[in-house]
Amino acid sequence: MPSLLEIKDLHATVGGQEILRGLTLTVEAGEVHAVMGPNGSGKSTLAHVLAGRPGYAVTKGEIRLQGKDLLEMSTEARACEGVFLGLQYPVEIPGVSNMYFLKAALNAIRSHRGETELDAIEFLKIAREKAKLLEMNENLLQRAVNVGFSGGEKKRNEIFQMALLNPTLAVLDETDSGLDIDALRIVSDGINALRSETRAILLITHYQRLLEYIVPDKVHVLSEGRIVKTGGKELALELEKSGYADFEKKDAAAMTASA
Amino acid sequence: MNETIPLGREYMERYPEWREALPGNDLPWLAQRRADAFRRFAERGFPTRKVEAWKYTNLNPLTKKLFAPGAGLAATPGALPADALDEKSVHRLLFINGRAAPGLINGRAAPEATHALPDGVRLMPLSEALETVPDLLAPLLAADAEPEEAGLLEMNTALMTEGAVLLLEPGVRLEKPVHFFFLTTEDAGEAAMHLRNLLVAGKGSEATVFEHYLGTGQTGHWTNVVTEIVLADDAHLHHYKLQNESKAAYHIAATTAKIGERAVYDNFAMSLGATLARNDIQARLDGRGIDCRLNGLHLARGHQHMDTTTVLDHQKPECRSSETYKSVVDDRAETVFQGKVLVRPDSQKTSAHQLNRNLLLSDEASANAKPELRIYADDVQCSHGATISELDEQALFYFRSRGIAEDVARRLLTEAFLAEMVEEVKDPAVHAVLHQAMTDWLGQAWPKGGRP
Repeated sequence: MPSLLEIKDLHATVGGQEILRGLTLTVEAGEVHAVMGPNGSGKSTLAHVLAGRPGYAVTKGEIRLQGKDLLEMSTEARACEGVFLGLQYPVEIPGVSNMYFLKAALNAIRSHRGETELDAIEFLKIAREKAKLLEMNENLLQRAVNVGFSGGEKKRNEIFQMALLNPTLAVLDETDSGLDIDALRIVSDGINALRSETRAILLITHYQRLLEYIVPDKVHVLSEGRIVKTGGKELALELEKSGYADFEKKDAAAMTASA
Repeated sequence: MNETIPLGREYMERYPEWREALPGNDLPWLAQRRADAFRRFAERGFPTRKVEAWKYTNLNPLTKKLFAPGAGLAATPGALPADALDEKSVHRLLFINGRAAPGLINGRAAPEATHALPDGVRLMPLSEALETVPDLLAPLLAADAEPEEAGLLEMNTALMTEGAVLLLEPGVRLEKPVHFFFLTTEDAGEAAMHLRNLLVAGKGSEATVFEHYLGTGQTGHWTNVVTEIVLADDAHLHHYKLQNESKAAYHIAATTAKIGERAVYDNFAMSLGATLARNDIQARLDGRGIDCRLNGLHLARGHQHMDTTTVLDHQKPECRSSETYKSVVDDRAETVFQGKVLVRPDSQKTSAHQLNRNLLLSDEASANAKPELRIYADDVQCSHGATISELDEQALFYFRSRGIAEDVARRLLTEAFLAEMVEEVKDPAVHAVLHQAMTDWLGQAWPKGGRP
């Protein structure tokens, strides 16, 4: 049985600049992994490469989702196969209601899975259930996607989408950024409720704070586009104390050496 | 390049002959106005792009060949298109290839199509109005001897052959919309149709007019239409237009509206058809407390060129105007919006807001925006804004990252760009036709990207 996610020697460039430089990472079903690292280490690039964002070019390496070659697939095909990216900065889309957007998304994925598409009433029933999980005000469903949402509401909306779309692999990019303590608790509770034996979650974060609420099975430190250290949840606490300085110094030294 | 292109010699030679066939020949006032207009147009010629108001639109194709007035065209009705408005929901005046289609005119046609007009309403083709109520027309029709931005107005006056006339007496309210339905068929060939509409709303009257151009053939005809509107004090006119001419046709339209105190003039125009389309609107706010709304959409693709040029003339205090024009431009099409707002020195407490937004769906598509605000009063609230953009890549990615196919995402985002524009149209029957036309256009853009 193949691993849920297998990344091997991944190299990727953005705007001609190499950001990921040989990243290798394996995540098994049921696991939550945290990927931490200083700014510019490639955390967000990893998230976007997994989701298949245009403009992120993979130059070497491979990504397999349950054994399937992810890099062969379009952005939407990856989503249909179960990849979900929770964005650091969710996009505002005036003129499209949250309901309409999510119904279109869920039905696209259901239809890909060979399930029947939901009508508006069936969809609303499921949506209401999931909205409760995130303590989301129902009127946010009727509003245009993320338009006029507070920072906390936008992040809740991301996790709400995750709950609806039921992904195999959830990549959550800086989901904790910009959240106050109450919103952080609600979002974390939501994510914890979505932990499952059949799902893997990749938490991408700069701070250890999120990991007090969502306890990861493994913590990886990303630096210069590579995983430079892997450990248990205690590694996050270590980083909290010493910061990323050790890794950054090393980077600086490496840069000086290569210059 | 000169400012104008002279009228071809053939026009000069053949005008006397054409004039013989025009309606209202026996009316001295009309003969005089036609003669004066022809003389002025012959002197002036077709405007070129050197003329500021025609900066982005080239009329050359119209000057290169002779478009003979389609006076002799048959007016045999084919089957009406299936998407035509339900006859029961409108008062219809039908024109086929520029000629009134008798026997189908509402109020005097097949009984099932008859909806008696209320008292105080006159609705008839121009040719009939010139025969039956010439005295009512004399002070109104082509009465402005020196129009400021004439364009092809004078050519229209010289050659106007047919059109729709709606006269509302004071206080009359029409519940159903009036449908001016100009249908062109394959028979239209390369004829010119110089149409003249006249809408006069007496004090406190109210009506909805749907001006509808539909081409069912592939003809390269030329529609040159002028719509003259006079709103008395407290009148309300909802004026909607759908231009869906054949893709090879030329559609040059000018609407002039003279608006009285506290009146409401609400204009919405959607352009889909023609290879070259120009929609001129000149609104003269000639009384206090007027509410004037001008809105419209261009949906352009292929090699289409669509131009909307508006002039809002605030002549009196305490009036409100608002304009929102949007274009969606695909392939190698080009659109133009020129919006002039003039606030004259006396027009204190004016509120005038203008917005123009353009969405380009292809790298070769283009849009031109030229707002022009001339404000000579100091206690006013005026604003304008213009944007030209492509579909938001971040939004597209967001959709796709949720499993929505790229085609569907593009369509949904384009719909979102257009959202609420058609909602300006309050009449449900007209709204349905416009909405369907827009949906069909989107469906043609993304044949595989159906609704999710």
